[in-house]
Amino acid sequence: MRTKFSSRILAASSVLALGLTATACGGAKTGDTATSESCVDTSGDTIKIGFLNSLSGTMAISETTVFKSLSMAAKEINADGGVLGKKLEIVSEDGQSEPTVFAEKATKLIQDDCVAAVFGGWTSSSRKAMLPVFEGNDALLFYPVQYEGLESSHNIFYTGATTNQQIIPALDFLKQEKKIKSIFLVGSDYVFPRTANKIIKQYAAANGIKVLGEEYQPLGSTDFGTVVDKVKAAGADAVFNTLNGDSNVAFFKEYKGKGLTASAMPVLSVSIAEEEVPGVGVGNLEGQYTAWNYYQTIDSPTNQKFVTDFKAANGAKAVTSDPMEAAYTSLYLWKGMVEKADSFDVEDVIDASDGVSYDAPEGTVEVDGENHHIAKTALIGQVNSEGLIDTVWSSDKPIEPDPYLKSYDWWKN
Amino acid sequence: MKKLYPYVGWLLLAIGLLVLAPAVLSDFRLGLLAKYCCYAIAAVGIGLAWGRGGMLVLGQGLYFGIGAYAMAMHLKLADAGPGGVPDFMALYGDAAVPGWWEPLRSGALAVVVILVLPALVAGLLGLAVFKRRIKGAYFAILSQALAAAFAILLVGQVKTTGGANGLNNFQGFFGYALFDPANKRMLYFLAAGILLVSILAMAWLYRTRFGELLVAVRDGEERVRFLGTDPANVKLAAYVIAAVLASIGGALFVPIAGIVSPDDVGVVASIGLLAGVALGGRASLLGPAVGALLVGYAETTLSEAFPGSWSYFQGALFVLVILLLPGGLAQLLGLVGRANAHRGDSASDHSPRGVPRGKRGETEVSRSASEEAAAR
Repeated sequence: MRTKFSSRILAASSVLALGLTATACGGAKTGDTATSESCVDTSGDTIKIGFLNSLSGTMAISETTVFKSLSMAAKEINADGGVLGKKLEIVSEDGQSEPTVFAEKATKLIQDDCVAAVFGGWTSSSRKAMLPVFEGNDALLFYPVQYEGLESSHNIFYTGATTNQQIIPALDFLKQEKKIKSIFLVGSDYVFPRTANKIIKQYAAANGIKVLGEEYQPLGSTDFGTVVDKVKAAGADAVFNTLNGDSNVAFFKEYKGKGLTASAMPVLSVSIAEEEVPGVGVGNLEGQYTAWNYYQTIDSPTNQKFVTDFKAANGAKAVTSDPMEAAYTSLYLWKGMVEKADSFDVEDVIDASDGVSYDAPEGTVEVDGENHHIAKTALIGQVNSEGLIDTVWSSDKPIEPDPYLKSYDWWKN
Repeated sequence: MKKLYPYVGWLLLAIGLLVLAPAVLSDFRLGLLAKYCCYAIAAVGIGLAWGRGGMLVLGQGLYFGIGAYAMAMHLKLADAGPGGVPDFMALYGDAAVPGWWEPLRSGALAVVVILVLPALVAGLLGLAVFKRRIKGAYFAILSQALAAAFAILLVGQVKTTGGANGLNNFQGFFGYALFDPANKRMLYFLAAGILLVSILAMAWLYRTRFGELLVAVRDGEERVRFLGTDPANVKLAAYVIAAVLASIGGALFVPIAGIVSPDDVGVVASIGLLAGVALGGRASLLGPAVGALLVGYAETTLSEAFPGSWSYFQGALFVLVILLLPGGLAQLLGLVGRANAHRGDSASDHSPRGVPRGKRGETEVSRSASEEAAAR
C-alpha cells in the first residue's frame, strides 16, 4: 500500500509539474506592457452598464441609496431614448462592503458582462481595490463619493468632491466666518480621516490655527467617553469631524450629554448627510455644520424635480444626499461624454470628457479632462430641526478640482 | 481494493480541476476557481484540526492572513524594485520601508516566512493552550479572538499595512507579469495542484499512527492519556499543519485575487473558511475541500443572480445543511451508499464513497461526527 501510494503522489506531482511548465512557457515577464481588448458589444439596440454598490454588509445602508439614484437616472435616460439610441441594460453587482469583493465584481462586470462603464464604490478601500482592475483592463469607473484626493486615474472619473472642494472650503468657512483660532480633530481610523487631517494640520499651520488634539477611533467604535472628555478639556473653538457610520451616533450623544453645544463649540462633519441625520438623531445634531456640494434643500427647479422624482420612486420619507446626487450626475456625465465622442469606446470617451457639463441638481458641473474630477460648488450647511440641512455659506462659484493640491503652496505631501 | 475508493474521488476531483475546468471556463471564471482553491487549501487543514482532531478552529483567518500579508508585502517590495518604496507608503506613510518589511524583499525568505511563521505562531499558541488542557469552546473563542485582534491590528497600521485598504495593485509574481492571462492560468494550476497534493497528504496522514491517534484524542482524550500518549502533542501537530496550510492558501490568494485586506483575514472570513468544511463534511477526506469549493461557487453564483438578497439564500443553505446533514455532504453520499447496499445489488461495492465498511473509514467517521454534532 505504501509503495502504491507514493507512486500516486509521484504521478500527481508530475501531472502538476507538466501543467506548470506548459502554462509558464508563454507567460509575460514583469515589465512587459499589458494589452487588453474590450469585449463591449455595441451591435444591438441596448448597451450594458454596471452598477457596483454594497447591497450587503456595513456599507449597505449608504450604498443602497446610491444604487437607487443610479437606477433612477438609468430609467430616466431610457425613457428619454437611451444613449446614442441604445437603451441602457443594467448589470447590478453587490460589493458586499469588502474591498476584495469589489475587485472581483469589477473584474466580472468588465470581462464577463462586457459593460461599457461601471458606476459605484463608496469607501476609499473599495476604490483603491477597483483601481488596478480598471487600469489593467482599460475600463471606465465613475466614483460618486467625496474622498481624500491625491489620486487621478486615467480610468476613473470622480464625481464627488476632492479635498479642495470640501475640506479646504470648510476650513475657509471656519476661519473666515467662525474666526476660529484653534481646532480639535476627531476621526475614524482609516485612510480618509488620516489624509484629511494631514491636510487640515498643514492648513492650520499656514493660517495660524492651533490643532489642540487629534483622536482616532476604529471604524464602528461606539466608545467616545474619553474622546469627548479630551475635546471638552482642550476647549478648541471648533471640532472637525471625519468619523464615519455608527461612531457618529455615539460621538454626538456623548457630545450633547457632556454639555457641549453647537453654539459654544461647533462640530463640522464631512461624512454626515441627510441620510445619516435621523440615525444620529436630529436632537443631537441640530445646529451643527456639515460640508458638502449638495443638499436636499437647494432651491432650484432641477433639484426640486430630482427630489420629487426620488420621493415618488422611493417613498415620501426618502431623502436625497450628496453622494446620491453625485451618482445620479455621474450617469448623465457619462451619457454626455459618450454622445460627444459618438462612441462607447473607453479611450474615445476619455478623450471627449474634457468640458462635458451637466445641469445637475447641485448646479452646473463640468468635467476636467486632465484630472477626471468635476468642478463643484462647496456648500457649508447647518442641520435644521427637521433633520434637513440648510446652506449657510457657499463658495458661490464652482471650484476647479485640484486633487493633488498643487495650487496650495502650504501643502507638502 | 476498497482502500482505493477515496482515491477514485480524488482522481475525479483532479480531472475536474486540472483538465475539465481549464478547458471549459473563461479566464475570469478560472480565476474565481483559483480563489476557491486557496480557500479549499485552508479548508483541508481545518478538516484535519476540526474534523479529525475535534478542535474548533474558528480563527484560521489569522494564519491565512499571515501567509497572505507576507506574500503581499513581498510582491509590493518586488514591484518597487531594489531599495524602492511601495506606492501606498509614499501616500500614507513616511515614504520609508519599515525594518520589519525588509526581509521580505527576498522571494526565498518570503516563502520561508509563509511556511515557518504560521508554524511558529500556531506552535507557541498550541503549546500554551493544549498543555494546559484548554479545549472546546474556550479554545474556539481564543482562536477567534486572535483573528479579530489581527484584523484590528492591520486596520490600525495604515502607514505600514495599508490599513482597511489592505495591499493591492501587484504587477508581478516572482518575475511573471500578473496582467497576462497565461500567467493567471499558471497560478490556477499552482493553486489546484497544491490543493490536490495537500488532500493526498491528508489521505496519507489519516492512515498513519498519528492520524489514528488524532481521531482517538478527539473521541476520548482521557483514554489516550491513560494509554501513555500526551494528547497535547498530537493536537499541537494537527493545529500546526492546519496553520501552515491556511498560510499557503493565503499566500496563493494574493496574486490570484490581486488584493488582501483585513476583511479577508478577520472573524467573518474565518467563519467563511469553516462553513465550507462543515458543508462538505469535516471528517471526510474530500469533504472540506469540496465543501469550500462549493461554498465559494455558491456565494459567487447567488450574489450574481440576486445581488440584493443573496445573503438570505446563503444563510438558508447553511441552516438546511446543519439541520438535515450535520455530517455535511459526505454524509449524503454515505446515505446513498447505504441505500444502495440495502438494495443488495452489486453497486454497493462501487458506491461513490465506497469506504471500507467495518473498519475505520469515511462513513464511520462522518457518522460519529454527526452524532457528536447531535449531542451538542
